[in-house]
Amino acid sequence: MKLSVKRLLLRQGSFELKIDLEATGQVIGIFGPSGAGKTSLIEIVAGLRLPSSGQVAVDDLVLTNRETGFSLPPEHRGVGYIPQDLALFPHLSVRKNLVYGQKQHAPGSSINLAHVAEVLEIETLLDQAITELSGGQKQRVAFARAILSSPRLLLMDEPLASLDHDLKLKIIPYLQRIRDEFKIPMLYVSHSPEEVVSLCDQVVVLREGSCLSIRSPYDIFEASSSMTLKPGIFSA
Amino acid sequence: MACLNFDDLQVVGFTLATAGLSTLIILPFGIALAWLLARREWRAKSLVETIVALPLVMPPVATGLILLHLLGRHGSLGIFFQKVFGTEIVFTWRAVVAAMAVMSFPFLVRTARLAFEEINPRLEQVARTLGASPARVFMTITLPLAARGLVAGTVWAFARALGEFGATILVAGNIPGRTTTMSVAIYSDIQFGQEDHAYQLLAISAALAFAAILLSNQFSKWGGTR
Repeated sequence: MKLSVKRLLLRQGSFELKIDLEATGQVIGIFGPSGAGKTSLIEIVAGLRLPSSGQVAVDDLVLTNRETGFSLPPEHRGVGYIPQDLALFPHLSVRKNLVYGQKQHAPGSSINLAHVAEVLEIETLLDQAITELSGGQKQRVAFARAILSSPRLLLMDEPLASLDHDLKLKIIPYLQRIRDEFKIPMLYVSHSPEEVVSLCDQVVVLREGSCLSIRSPYDIFEASSSMTLKPGIFSA
Repeated sequence: MACLNFDDLQVVGFTLATAGLSTLIILPFGIALAWLLARREWRAKSLVETIVALPLVMPPVATGLILLHLLGRHGSLGIFFQKVFGTEIVFTWRAVVAAMAVMSFPFLVRTARLAFEEINPRLEQVARTLGASPARVFMTITLPLAARGLVAGTVWAFARALGEFGATILVAGNIPGRTTTMSVAIYSDIQFGQEDHAYQLLAISAALAFAAILLSNQFSKWGGTR
């Protein structure tokens, strides 16, 4: 997958997101401290936020081009978006959440309810209410719901941020399974070097609304192990 | 109740029917406007919000006077209805419905707006990214999650319509068998010294309002334990 962001500008009060980048990989990490613009970028890719100017494309598909006034509606982008709060539909059962965006598949496709539920070990939860699930179960249901919409791209906005360390360690293997089993490209937002190094091929480092560099996840991990991240460490 | 005659039952039935009809009429407009106020930013939003809230703070008789001017023979809406439908509005049952609708509309809009605002917009956004059109998102996510508030708003609007007096008396008058509602009948009974009869109607009116509020509260509890 190739993410191409050209002369992107988003103004929000005093915050300004100004990005020009091109990144390639099956899982591209968006890394940076709070307020760097990670969520804003991912919301622009999802079509939930309109930039003031610039163009965003995934592979050859232009999602937004403000110069021509074009913006693909979120329902036509084919992105599986998993926000920080997961946004599971509280009035629907687990099964109804999962099939909400489900597309019809060719026989034999690996993306079907039974297989996805098996990979994420949620088969026994299908008829439960969302309110009955634990934090880790909710996480896996949110992943499954996004996968079942057969997206061309999964957008994960700090999906593990609200979990404690032990639960994070339990969920990361599920994310690796999603990456390896379903082969859906991902944009993975995080401020955790451990998550980034476990999942990503390439990492876009953001700080204060700008792209500092595009690095290997190991660079991020090594830098964070040796010292506290400071401005300039990841500069190109 | 044993002392109620046919005319009384007719008044009660007429009031229930006109209040029900006015509530049905405002329902789609009220829900649509409440959603627009809760979820969209638009230029005339503040102005529309203010106009919709006016009947809450203006004397009902003043609202009735405005309606009388608008719906009367020489009023813009009155001329429109005369030309398009060939009917007059003022001093007919239609005027009763119009007065009830205008007076109860803000109750519906305010309650429905709160119900929409309480829904996490992220749920609607995620539904869009899952491939749902805005209409499907509204029908499958927004509406079910706002249902409790919408029902409560509908019941409040109906209850307000049941008790409407000031605007109704001005725009529809008190024509027995044609425009007399319970509130107007109570007022009329007091005017003519028929206090016992007024108290009978008062008891029915209170019972209906009590039932409506009880129903609304029960629905809220039921919705909360789903």
